[in-house]
Amino acid sequence: MINCRNATRLLSEAQERPLSITERMALKLHVIMCSGCQNFKDQMETLRLMTRAYAKRKNDHDE
Amino acid sequence: MTTNRDQKEDTQQTGNLLADAAFLEDIRRQMIKFATLQLGDGHLAEDAVQEALIGALKNASSFGGRAALKTWIFAILKYKITDTLRYKQRVVNASSLLHEDEEDEALSELFDRKGNWQRDERPVAWGNPEASLREKYFWSMFEACLERLPPKQARVFMMREFLELDADEICATMNLTTSNLHVLLHRSRLRLRECIENKWYLQGERNDQLP
Repeated sequence: MINCRNATRLLSEAQERPLSITERMALKLHVIMCSGCQNFKDQMETLRLMTRAYAKRKNDHDE
Repeated sequence: MTTNRDQKEDTQQTGNLLADAAFLEDIRRQMIKFATLQLGDGHLAEDAVQEALIGALKNASSFGGRAALKTWIFAILKYKITDTLRYKQRVVNASSLLHEDEEDEALSELFDRKGNWQRDERPVAWGNPEASLREKYFWSMFEACLERLPPKQARVFMMREFLELDADEICATMNLTTSNLHVLLHRSRLRLRECIENKWYLQGERNDQLP
């Protein structure tokens, strides 16, 4: 069973590279039982969404 | 959607926009902030902004309106920044490596000795994040959180998520191994997430009393 630190590391890396089957299995097992990491997982996508929205805002920011 | 007539009027205005001191000052301020965050150096940021603005002035008349002009100016700025970063990494500065040692301490506040979340650091659900994106104060909070990241983490995070470079490009530009990059991005996301949660979602999502 991987710990939260490693689970968050994999969830972060998944933003850069496809995870292996073993990694995905370990992650799935952990996330099912850990609400903190489940939230972290959702937030990785949200963080990307936010930063892109922030970039877009910077670009066509109306005063 | 703008009508043809609006667009035409808009185009005629573009030349005037760059003569508009208030508009220029406003966009310049945004550019400096953005470039400083990226480059971690005020002087380099000033230079990049200066060059981007000069480039923009040359072709300003071909841009239809304020929004298009801004998009374009920032596109030039991003290009200048990437260029500056490439040059800067050839002149590798050891100072940016120093910050990373302080990092492990900060992360041990998040996780216990077994590597699991400390009770009060465990991420909470963020409710409806899309709604937050429409809030003006959300963005000043978001920017403040970005600025609080250690410089190197801020840079790789912004290269990845703001400039949307892929991992290989960032590694080449910053002279990092893939696993270095993963560590830096992991830490930056942990910190940014924590900051946003503490400053926004645990504050009831609104902070009306802020200026």
